Amino acid sequence: MHVPNGFLDAPTSMATGAAAVVCVGAALAGARRELDDRTAPMAGLVAAFVFATQMLNFPVAAGTSGHLLGGALAAVLVGPWTALLCMSVVFLVQSLLFADGGITALGTNIILMGVTTVVVGWLLFVLLRALLPKRPSLVPLEAGLAAMVSVPAAALVFVGLYAAGGTADLSLGELAVAMVGVHTLIGIGEAAITFLAVASIVAVRPDLVYGARPLLARRELEIRATATEATA
Amino acid sequence: MNAPVLDVRGLAYAYPDGHQALFGVDLHVHRGERVALLGPNGAGKTTLVLHLNGILSADSGGHGAGAVSVSGLPVEKANLAEIRRRVGVVFQDPDDQLFMGTVRADVAFGPANLGIRGAELDRRVMHALDQVGMAEFVDRPPHHLSFGQRRRVAVATVLAMEPEILVLDEPSSNLDPASRRELADILRSLDVTLLMVTHDLPYALELCPRSVVLSGGAVVADGSTYDVLADEPLMRAHRLELPFGFDPRNVTPRP
Amino acid sequence: MGAGHGHKLHYHGHSVVHRAPAHLKILVLLGFTVLVVATPGEWYAAFGAYLLVIAVVVGVSRVPATYLLKRSLIEVPFLAFALLLPFVAHGPRTDVLGLSVSESGLLAAWALLAKGTLGVLASLTLAATTEPHELLHGLERLRLPSQLVQIMAFMVRYLDVVTGEMQRMKVARESRGFSARDPRQWPVLARSAGALFIRSYERGERVHLAMLSRGYTGRMPRIEGRP
Ligand SMILES: Nc1ncnc2c1ncn2[C@@H]1O[C@H](COP(=O)(O)OP(=O)(O)O)[C@@H](O)[C@H]1O
Ligand SMILES: [Mg+2]
Repeated sequence: MHVPNGFLDAPTSMATGAAAVVCVGAALAGARRELDDRTAPMAGLVAAFVFATQMLNFPVAAGTSGHLLGGALAAVLVGPWTALLCMSVVFLVQSLLFADGGITALGTNIILMGVTTVVVGWLLFVLLRALLPKRPSLVPLEAGLAAMVSVPAAALVFVGLYAAGGTADLSLGELAVAMVGVHTLIGIGEAAITFLAVASIVAVRPDLVYGARPLLARRELEIRATATEATA
Repeated sequence: MNAPVLDVRGLAYAYPDGHQALFGVDLHVHRGERVALLGPNGAGKTTLVLHLNGILSADSGGHGAGAVSVSGLPVEKANLAEIRRRVGVVFQDPDDQLFMGTVRADVAFGPANLGIRGAELDRRVMHALDQVGMAEFVDRPPHHLSFGQRRRVAVATVLAMEPEILVLDEPSSNLDPASRRELADILRSLDVTLLMVTHDLPYALELCPRSVVLSGGAVVADGSTYDVLADEPLMRAHRLELPFGFDPRNVTPRP
Repeated sequence: MGAGHGHKLHYHGHSVVHRAPAHLKILVLLGFTVLVVATPGEWYAAFGAYLLVIAVVVGVSRVPATYLLKRSLIEVPFLAFALLLPFVAHGPRTDVLGLSVSESGLLAAWALLAKGTLGVLASLTLAATTEPHELLHGLERLRLPSQLVQIMAFMVRYLDVVTGEMQRMKVARESRGFSARDPRQWPVLARSAGALFIRSYERGERVHLAMLSRGYTGRMPRIEGRP
């Protein structure tokens, strides 16, 4: 899914580049609220983690395989702003150190697989969290559903960008059907992996899951009150 | 007698997840002393160490009570920079402590944070590496070194800050016998106050005249290492086992 | 979709290309790629010239061509996409080897192949001749916001740790007869990802504590004599 050089025309690449700069700038400001002085080491670590999980290829159908995009997963784990920084750095490193994704398509890749999956994944997650009963045990399910939708959403944005700046004369309808079709399948894989990964983290260290913290806060306060008595 | 280098009073702490690890610890270490902090896994040793330079404290997210001061200076937010210069902590896993591209950059990281630059910085780096016998590796990337060498570089990263007290968390863990011996020689040659967390009891006997036993988040014994190790009921009650065939009564303690 | 990343691409050497300042190399790569992308697909000779330029640079750098070619497999998924284009694109059709294909699709496929391949080769040349930490330094000089440079520095630093951890977990899985070919195995993969995150996060926490212990205040100190 990494878009190479020359896939989209120059004006479109420049537009996505500019959009990516704006998004990353906003994320730099926003991330300070999520992790404070721990931002750089933690975000670097999560970036390495996303990078590593993108190496997990899972079987889809008929011999094709997909790999995790990880945008929704990262957003639930470290918060949307930090996740956006992580994803951007992942694509930068992939294009410079691994020649995966063109350097002139960096903006496109950030918008497509970073901003889209993080924003769609996070908004849907927050919506589900608000609608469903407020229990930490439901967080993995909410994250999985959000991840499932985030992948075909990225495929749709891809079709949109292709409509604006594609270099071949394709039927957009057919392209959309094909892309969304394949990526719905990949989305199921993404959902399954996100669900299980978040579930295994919530089980052991729920405090590490950014998206689960509001649900833990109440329990924590009670324990603090008893701790005061014990240590006073 | 002047203020102890390390003065811990009534220290209690619960982690943000509610798990309480320390239940009122008292500990004093005086200048020039070498003290072993013994205790089974989960006793709260690392938690205590993280309080000594203000990494954990009542206002670090968890919940705490009590006080720590270093040479009379209380460990609190306003003093953290000075506290971290005075207290050098060597962590259990050297890979946590070495994160820069070269040994030089890693050893320089601490003094550079103190604002030291140029020739003085170079002098500190080389002196610290000399003390641990790693000067010739100064331009190598840390991840190319052996585990024992990395642990020595980790000690150097802290020595370069010229601390008043050196705190080591399980320095002998995962070392092969030769590296363990080399590190012991290095530690013995250093002229600093030392607090060494360990459950390697022969190591404690060899290096530290005094031992403190921490168990279940509280100090349960404090005395000469020889007496502590020879107290069998105490050792058994706190899951501290001497290696097979090792009897402190047969070892002549070094001065 | 896509090929995995096995390892870093740096190929040790001391050529002029290796020694050139990283920020210049990044700028040259960017300029070159923009030029390639902006060239109309019909200017066949220009693409030949670009390939020649890359060949000369690779020759000077003494990185073996096979080393780069093996690693350019990364673009295979898009090759497949490009090869499909002539069959699915619209517009006037023409016959090639007895198959009816779209003219515009054919041209688009060619342009995609040529530009994509040149881009990958150029990037690979940069990656093969530049150490990660030099690249970071180059990006810093190009005024990438310092927070991003720092995140990237930590990421490069942790990449070995995390992939090493992952490799060990993979060996542990497979030595117990696990194969990743079947969707019924997804739970195992996902739990591995969860465990990987916890291990990585706890390591990150400890590294951060170790940095704070040595006076870190959120900014990397300037250390002279750094390569
Ligand atoms: N970050 C943490 N959050 C919650 N509990 C913790 C954390 N770190 C340690 N603990 C718990 O606190 C107790 C003391 O841990 P620690 O100080 O690491 O022990 P030791 O170093 O003596 O083995 C243990 O029960 C451990 O599980
Ligand atoms: Mg410990």
